[in-house]
Amino acid sequence: MSEEIKKKIEAKPGKPAGKALKPKKPKIPRQPMPEQDPLKRIHNFNEVPYGFSPETAMIEASRCIMCKKAVCIDGCPVEIDIPAFIKAIRDNKFAESIKILKDENALPAICGRVCPQEEQCEIVCVIGIKGEPVAIGRLERFAADWERENMEISVPEIAPPTGRKVAIVGAGPAGLTVAGELAKLGHDITIYEALHKPGGVLIYGIPEFRLSKDIVMAEVDYVKMLGVKIVYNALIGKYLTIDELFNEEGFHAIFIGVGAGLPYFMNIPGENLNGVYSANEYLTRANLMKAYDFPNYDTPIIRGKKVAVIGGGNVAMDAARTALRLDAEEVTVVYRRSRKEMPARDEEIEHAEEEGIIFRLLNNPVAINDDGNGWVKSMTVLKMELGEPDSSGRRRPVPIEGSEWVLEVDTVVVSIGNGANPLLVKATPDLKTNKWGNILADDDTCVTSIKGVYAGGDIVIGAATVILAMGAGKRASRAMHEYIMSLDVS
Amino acid sequence: MNEILEKHILSEGVKDITVSSPHIARKRKAGQFIILRINEYGERIPLTIVDSDPVEGTIRLIFQEVGKTTYALGDLEVGDEILDIVGPLGKPTHVENFGKVVCIGGGIGVAPVYPIAVAMKKAGNEVISIIGARDKDLLIMEDEMSSVSDELIVTTDDGSYGIHGFVTDALKELLDRGRDIALCVAIGPVVMMRAVSNLTREYDLKTVVSLNSVMVDGTGMCGGCRVTVGDDTRFVCVDGPEFDGHLVNYEELILRQGAYIKQEKESLDLYHKCRLDKLAEKGKINV
Repeated sequence: MSEEIKKKIEAKPGKPAGKALKPKKPKIPRQPMPEQDPLKRIHNFNEVPYGFSPETAMIEASRCIMCKKAVCIDGCPVEIDIPAFIKAIRDNKFAESIKILKDENALPAICGRVCPQEEQCEIVCVIGIKGEPVAIGRLERFAADWERENMEISVPEIAPPTGRKVAIVGAGPAGLTVAGELAKLGHDITIYEALHKPGGVLIYGIPEFRLSKDIVMAEVDYVKMLGVKIVYNALIGKYLTIDELFNEEGFHAIFIGVGAGLPYFMNIPGENLNGVYSANEYLTRANLMKAYDFPNYDTPIIRGKKVAVIGGGNVAMDAARTALRLDAEEVTVVYRRSRKEMPARDEEIEHAEEEGIIFRLLNNPVAINDDGNGWVKSMTVLKMELGEPDSSGRRRPVPIEGSEWVLEVDTVVVSIGNGANPLLVKATPDLKTNKWGNILADDDTCVTSIKGVYAGGDIVIGAATVILAMGAGKRASRAMHEYIMSLDVS
Repeated sequence: MNEILEKHILSEGVKDITVSSPHIARKRKAGQFIILRINEYGERIPLTIVDSDPVEGTIRLIFQEVGKTTYALGDLEVGDEILDIVGPLGKPTHVENFGKVVCIGGGIGVAPVYPIAVAMKKAGNEVISIIGARDKDLLIMEDEMSSVSDELIVTTDDGSYGIHGFVTDALKELLDRGRDIALCVAIGPVVMMRAVSNLTREYDLKTVVSLNSVMVDGTGMCGGCRVTVGDDTRFVCVDGPEFDGHLVNYEELILRQGAYIKQEKESLDLYHKCRLDKLAEKGKINV
């Protein structure tokens, strides 16, 4: 720690570093995240935030008052001991900090980047009542990055082999979490992944500038170091069925974490024109297939000059910001409700605004128009106003009659949400689902209608967040451990 | 993994490879396909599984070199490995004893229609096959089609072999003869499938076509392969690849298949240039 920073911390009355702190007015402001300049970053795919320096991290950590009854832990879907890991950072014990994080979370570098902390741990932070909450997410990211850059990744003690085999379908956040937890307990774990790379939405969906793929691969490597095997290009339902995993491959339990990957379309005229993408396709081409580096990589992507992105979620922000980085001159987000109802995180919306994305809120596309050669020429949009709240509690958008206008665009990315992946469910008739195709699973144990089969993440709750999928993975792993240990496998 | 065990050249630019893939060999059914990626830089392309040997654990793929990926695949030799193969994908062909079935393959489309003819024959159908090509040299799999068909009709556009004309000409003659045909399966260029469907519509003959659209994941996640069938948008990768030929919007399909023509050309030109540079390096050619 530099002398200057030490002084800063020690200068805080009644708050010497390393001693119990009392909740007095926090004078140190929440430390800002250093970021790439918006004008520069729209021309590259590098990560936008640089991360805290050790000095900044220690200053930020010193803002935490280490509440005895830590409400932040209740806000965390994977129950990380937040005050403990922050205390370790404050005390310059970074290795200890990452160990505490990894006790509860196998993917801290990812969660530190993409968790909506502002709705989970940080929203309940006591410091946040009178000021800004402690930057828990940024500190988590710091500890994970520090470990990756500064030390050999350490593997926790693994229990002796139990003789139980578990198959996991899908190498996304839920599946990786179950895999990590059960491997530590000594079970023999195999993940079956349909794509050629692990990570699920972390690798095909979330762009490089928000979550570097090297980081995803490093966290997956950690899970592999726990003894987990991953089989790629294995689409369960086609390659092997659930029955075959039990009867032919000899697994004792199965976890299904296949996600919500079925893209919804608007069902408006012109949606099948060239130049119209689902956000899934647009992002998969750019991220998984690295089409931004075409022709070095073989997969092409249409580099539109004027791009419209339909929708207001995190995926829409990702698609819009990807379009900018693919040299679009003008990117417009078209969303049918107002800013208040946008499901995207504030940070994502702010980043998009800084980068020059245009927001046409309270507007809804009604048709995509043809240039005469099968390509997009423009989009007809209807203005909306907010009416009474609907079933989601958000005010329902109502069309304003006669308000149609035309937005000139050559590329449209439809980002209005994803449904449950139907393939495995269709191939497994005994697996009960709701009317949207989400697998029915118990909230606490994640057990499904089939004995020994568990499910969690987006395939159960619908398109949500990485951390909720990981939370489900943790709950499932506890129930699965109990179940397989109750089996006589001799 | 995915080692190439055999390689044959069927005609100019059409290659036939046998690849080790035990799981898919055991699982695949007629009409299904795989998606492959040659190397770390590669794109994912779909190819129909032409045949398989579950005992040997192999699958057979036939492809025409048209773009970078198919050229690069054609440049692989016996002993080389394909980085990724995922499958079997798509719904299998609906096979039962319909009675009399006509199987039509045009150009490279003979390869994907072959496994369907095999399955139809095995199910007890009388199989009449019509295969066509631009000229005699481009005709593929004549003997194999003959071995699974009760009757085989060959057409060439230029008359250099078999009947002078298109597969639709031969089909029309067949239908005009009043043969009691229950089902038509047609695979080939989109314009051919459209022509066959237009013809069989007049005769009220149920027609199945197999579509080859642009795909990325092949598991229903990107929607790049969407096609209009009747009033619905369907995904070729999971709802198909086979659809009612009378309901497919072929005009839209043709436009969508051409979405990346510019990039495909750029990519292929670059590949050819690299290939020439490599040959020059080895002293095989002078540039």
